[in-house]
Amino acid sequence: MTTVAATSHPAPAHHDDRSFIRKYVFSTDHKIIGIQFLFVSLFFLLVGGLLAMQMRWQLGFPGKPMPGGGILPETMAPGGVILPEYYIQLLTMHGTFMVFFAIMPLLVGVYANFLIPLKIGTHDMAFPRINMWSFWSFFAAGLVMLSSLFVPDGAARAGWTMYAPLSARHDLSGASFGQELWSVSIILVGLSSILGSLNYITTIINNRAPGMTWFRMPLSVWSLFITAILGLLALPVLSGAAIMLLFDQIIGTHFFDPAAGGQAILWQHLFWFFGHPEVYILILPAMGMVSDIIANGSRKPIFGYHSMVFAIVAIAFLGWIVWGHHMFVSGMNPTLGSSFMVSTLVIAVPSAVKTFNWMGTMWRGNIKFTVPMLNAVAFVAMFVIGGLSGIFMAATPVDMQIHDTYFIVAHLHYVLFGGSLFALFAAIPYWYPKMFGRMMSERWGKVHFWLTFIFYNCTFFPMHITGMAGEMRRLYDPNQYLFLQPYQPIRVFISISAFLLFATQIIFFVNFWWSLKRGKPSGLNPWQDNGLEWTLPSPAPHGNWERVPTVYRGPYEFSSPQVPEDYLPQTRKLPGDREPAAVSAARH
Amino acid sequence: MTHAAATVDQMRPPYPAERGLDVYNTKLGMWVFLASEVMFFAALIGTYVILRFGAPGEWARPGIVLNIKITAFNTFLLICSSVSMVKAYAAIQDGDPKKMRFWLLLTILGGASFVGIQVYEYIHLIEHGFVPSGVREGSELAELVAKGTLPAATMGLYGSTFFTMTGFHGFHVTCGVISMTYLYLTKALPGKYSKADYGGIETVGLYWHFVDLVWIILFTIVYLI
Repeated sequence: MTTVAATSHPAPAHHDDRSFIRKYVFSTDHKIIGIQFLFVSLFFLLVGGLLAMQMRWQLGFPGKPMPGGGILPETMAPGGVILPEYYIQLLTMHGTFMVFFAIMPLLVGVYANFLIPLKIGTHDMAFPRINMWSFWSFFAAGLVMLSSLFVPDGAARAGWTMYAPLSARHDLSGASFGQELWSVSIILVGLSSILGSLNYITTIINNRAPGMTWFRMPLSVWSLFITAILGLLALPVLSGAAIMLLFDQIIGTHFFDPAAGGQAILWQHLFWFFGHPEVYILILPAMGMVSDIIANGSRKPIFGYHSMVFAIVAIAFLGWIVWGHHMFVSGMNPTLGSSFMVSTLVIAVPSAVKTFNWMGTMWRGNIKFTVPMLNAVAFVAMFVIGGLSGIFMAATPVDMQIHDTYFIVAHLHYVLFGGSLFALFAAIPYWYPKMFGRMMSERWGKVHFWLTFIFYNCTFFPMHITGMAGEMRRLYDPNQYLFLQPYQPIRVFISISAFLLFATQIIFFVNFWWSLKRGKPSGLNPWQDNGLEWTLPSPAPHGNWERVPTVYRGPYEFSSPQVPEDYLPQTRKLPGDREPAAVSAARH
Repeated sequence: MTHAAATVDQMRPPYPAERGLDVYNTKLGMWVFLASEVMFFAALIGTYVILRFGAPGEWARPGIVLNIKITAFNTFLLICSSVSMVKAYAAIQDGDPKKMRFWLLLTILGGASFVGIQVYEYIHLIEHGFVPSGVREGSELAELVAKGTLPAATMGLYGSTFFTMTGFHGFHVTCGVISMTYLYLTKALPGKYSKADYGGIETVGLYWHFVDLVWIILFTIVYLI
């Protein structure tokens, strides 16, 4: 409740006498919180990847002892051979870690925290202490989820979507404590997201620098703002559902247990009512940051700025009325299914607007293929593939065939890995200098990009084929079906590509850690960008600005004829620029 | 925090800034937070509506299981505490901290009594055999189920939804009482609120009215129909 005072008396910049604990551990500085999110969620990204590697071993080489699998206990993999009970834990925890503890915090936790105050020109978030709580409840959630891998009867076993009654009744899943820890952890994740979102929304509405009007905001901030609204309204529904699931598990309520009158489909509705906005929470920030990076790398203003903003808003709105397309085979009224199909197909329109705008931005631009730009272009290309396969499954009759097959797995990895993760591989080196004052290695960044791009496509593209052939997504060993046996060579190919893809990420991690200490010092504005954050020293000091900057134009004035350089910072006043109303009001 | 220097600015958006909404951050943050609370209760209430209308049989009439009279009194108490909250807000707006303290204390007492009566109600219900999983074996209510006065098929859902919805509402009231007590002890008693700065009272008031509103909906759909 003291935050009213905190916002009107911001901590002065460049004057920092806080203790180590207040500075780096229980910090209220939005930049430190962003970096905390970055380290923790990169760790969970690694955990999720390790789980996926074990799954790929089982699918490529079923029944063979896994190299290094001897360290796993008898209950998981006796002699290194993965048990079916362990396999289902692997796929559940891989999905959970990647969605809730890697991609979501990497996009929102890291970049909403780090970028919003820097890009709109304010000293910190509206509620710095609530922001700190947002990180620590995320951290607690991560620890709870991680610990569930080590409890005696193993982690949750119902897939990351936790469909009831499998998840609700321990006698069906065979796991008890692990299932309960999953629910507790998800409730904490929900709390963290809600606290974060209310901070982002309030800050963007009320704390913009003078002259930073709504339509002068960078698209990254726009997308994070809309994402925060989605998170604010979607996560409480997941929390409510997870609380009911937890009650089913521990105090014997019957929400999702059909044997006692509950409704298993109700869980699916609640989960996907959250889950589809969640899909856009996982892609919209990526789209926003890629827009910034593509305009910068093409040295051209973004094509169709306003249509980009309205496309984000349209995608977010439509995201609320399409959740039924995850449930076409759940026994839904076909008429209702058709309306979900139509609303889903409509999302292709704003998505296409964005895609063509990115291409329009690059068209005849003076393109500089830096590491961020390469990854950003790869994002556009991969998002198109993932988006187009999405149209297949939006159509009810096609979805009946491919539902719950590897076609879905291919689709979701094309948008989550090919989309969100490539956007992160663009965003991390792009804003790395502002976080740590040094550049990541450009050469190793390019090596990492090309190898990732090749192995990523080798891993996920063939899944479209096995999926069309009918391979179900959660099979322990597809060879038990005669009709899936001929596809074993493809599965081996996918597995080897996946191992190489994982190995390639070592380059990224080494580059990341090495550059912290030894990277080339970056200077103020290494990418010659217009955003407010680039007027600050690297790394940006506590409190950001002594006095908040004044903004005179939008963020995408590249190659402007008004100045000799090919960029024109938002804060630079040219003759003829009028002072913003907020500044002239202060004079009087 | 030097509150002598804190003047009218406390109740305005931070300055200089591009014009946002004409409310200060804490108030805006509370409105945003309440939007997420609406979605949380929408999930719980929506679940109740779906389970009740899709139930495999008749739904138990509330009058048989629940003590409606005592809860009606409790509802009245909560509505009164909303009124006293408004009186506290109006008092400090007029620059009368003494009156504000009185009404705030009354609001805290109203909220605390609500929680107390709800705890009493829970204990009573559990004694009679009404639990989150339905009806306890060998209890008073189990006999009613055996006689057919209460429908056996839906009592499990009845218990699940009743305790989850009212329980989480009670949790929210408790949080409100704790926050108001905190503000009373740290801000209201030392005299830190004035005509120029009453942000805490206004913000906690918003929360309090929201909790009250949720209860009116819950009371109607759980106890009355």
